[in-house]
Amino acid sequence: MSITVVLFWFLTALALLSAIMVLLSKNPVHSVLWLIVVFFAISGHYILLNAQFLAIVNLIVYAGAIMVLFLFVIMLMNLNAETEPQKNTWLKLAGAISGGSLLLILVSVIRSATDMTGRTAQVGEGNIGLISNLGKALFSEYVVPFEISSVLFLSAMVGAVVIGKKD
Amino acid sequence: MFSLQGITNGIEKWLHNNMSANMALLVECAIVIFLAISLFAILGLILVLMERKVAAHMQIRLGPNRVGPFGMLQTTADTLKLLLKEGLTPDGADKFLFNLAPFVIMIVAMLILAPIAFATGFQIWDLNIGVLYVTAISSISVIAILMAGWASNNKYSMLGAMRSGAQIVSYELSAGLSIISIVVLTGSLQISEIIESQRNGWWLFKGHIPAVIAFVIFIIAVTAETNRAPFDLAEAESELTAGFHTEYSGMRFALFFLAEYINIFIVCAIGATLFLGGWMPLHIGSWQGFNHIMDFIPSSVWFFGKTFLLIFLIMWFRWTFPRLRVDQLLSLEWKYLLPISMFNLLLMTVVAIMGWHF
Repeated sequence: MSITVVLFWFLTALALLSAIMVLLSKNPVHSVLWLIVVFFAISGHYILLNAQFLAIVNLIVYAGAIMVLFLFVIMLMNLNAETEPQKNTWLKLAGAISGGSLLLILVSVIRSATDMTGRTAQVGEGNIGLISNLGKALFSEYVVPFEISSVLFLSAMVGAVVIGKKD
Repeated sequence: MFSLQGITNGIEKWLHNNMSANMALLVECAIVIFLAISLFAILGLILVLMERKVAAHMQIRLGPNRVGPFGMLQTTADTLKLLLKEGLTPDGADKFLFNLAPFVIMIVAMLILAPIAFATGFQIWDLNIGVLYVTAISSISVIAILMAGWASNNKYSMLGAMRSGAQIVSYELSAGLSIISIVVLTGSLQISEIIESQRNGWWLFKGHIPAVIAFVIFIIAVTAETNRAPFDLAEAESELTAGFHTEYSGMRFALFFLAEYINIFIVCAIGATLFLGGWMPLHIGSWQGFNHIMDFIPSSVWFFGKTFLLIFLIMWFRWTFPRLRVDQLLSLEWKYLLPISMFNLLLMTVVAIMGWHF
């Protein structure tokens, strides 16, 4: 068994375990920290696929920025186990059923996707995730959606400033 | 000739001749881990002593001068003391996170070490987005600080952690923009290529005024990112006792302390790599004779010399400027540094496109 395979199984197990721990943790701060572990494991997978840029952007955007904001908000809210409202049993059951149905649909779609069968991932080779290729694709093929999404971000920022301003 | 590159190549060849590829990789990993940990230990000892000596010099006093010649063993004695002290965990603390946080901050500091080139061909991992990797990983250290502040179950710790989070998240932007302005000139994020592009002069001199502005903004931003005075609001002694590490004692406190100094070393190493050519000796354009003389000084001496020069600059700041207030800190970043660095990036792009740099 080569080191890449060992790393792959280790990262997969880590990602799944910590994703389960996100759901099972009683404390919301622990949940957020487990979610950060999930992002790290996924970034590890990207690196195994030689997509270094995607791995790093995943860390900057999710683990570095969004999760820090989550932590800020949750830590300031002072959530205790006593103050947390208990959901009723029927709601939990309905959630489990709808989530299960979604899982079923996803699994069946992935199994029936014919163009994915028989393909293997390029491990440690392939250069589709490197920064130069991604940049070329973004600024030539997908330039219009890219610019439109940047306008969206700008309007979101302006909105945040307007909300934050003291009248 | 004796060089670090020769030694590493020799070791790699010997390992591959005597072992299978997997075993050789594992042994190399073990060697790298050993070297990284010993670098950390030595840097911690040297930088703490240097800080105290520089501080003493600035304030016209002697500094540590009892243990060993010129007080050089003072930090070793301090470390021994910290090792023997009891590590207390407060009663209301989240035990697991409280004990985990110092290790997370050390792991983050170790991860940033990967793409730094210490000498010619002496680098752990020369990945093709080296500079971006450093910015990404250094933003993770906020999580460790928030973890420590929250898990301590102490108002001072919490306030310190929140301040530190706001500070690091905002100053990251202008640090990143000033890094990008050098990347615009080199056209590559790979550390080895950035260093190679400075073979005929350092970017600080070649890039005209935009490079100088970027350098000044970079130094200010990294001083804030490492929570150093005048930006040490996260651990402002006079208001918050010790900020996010108020509740820590013994070796766990020492790990936070060590991580702060390691982070200073790393950001100064990055600054030296981007603006002062990393291990590249001082070369001036086409002065063949001068360049040749400079090449006789080993590359590792150049690297550590530049890095320690920047570290001295940051220590100098500490004893020169008073601490900022939290609103002054944030308005400095968002109202001054960020617009200036954005405009500077545009200026740098113009310089790069017109080919005005040397």
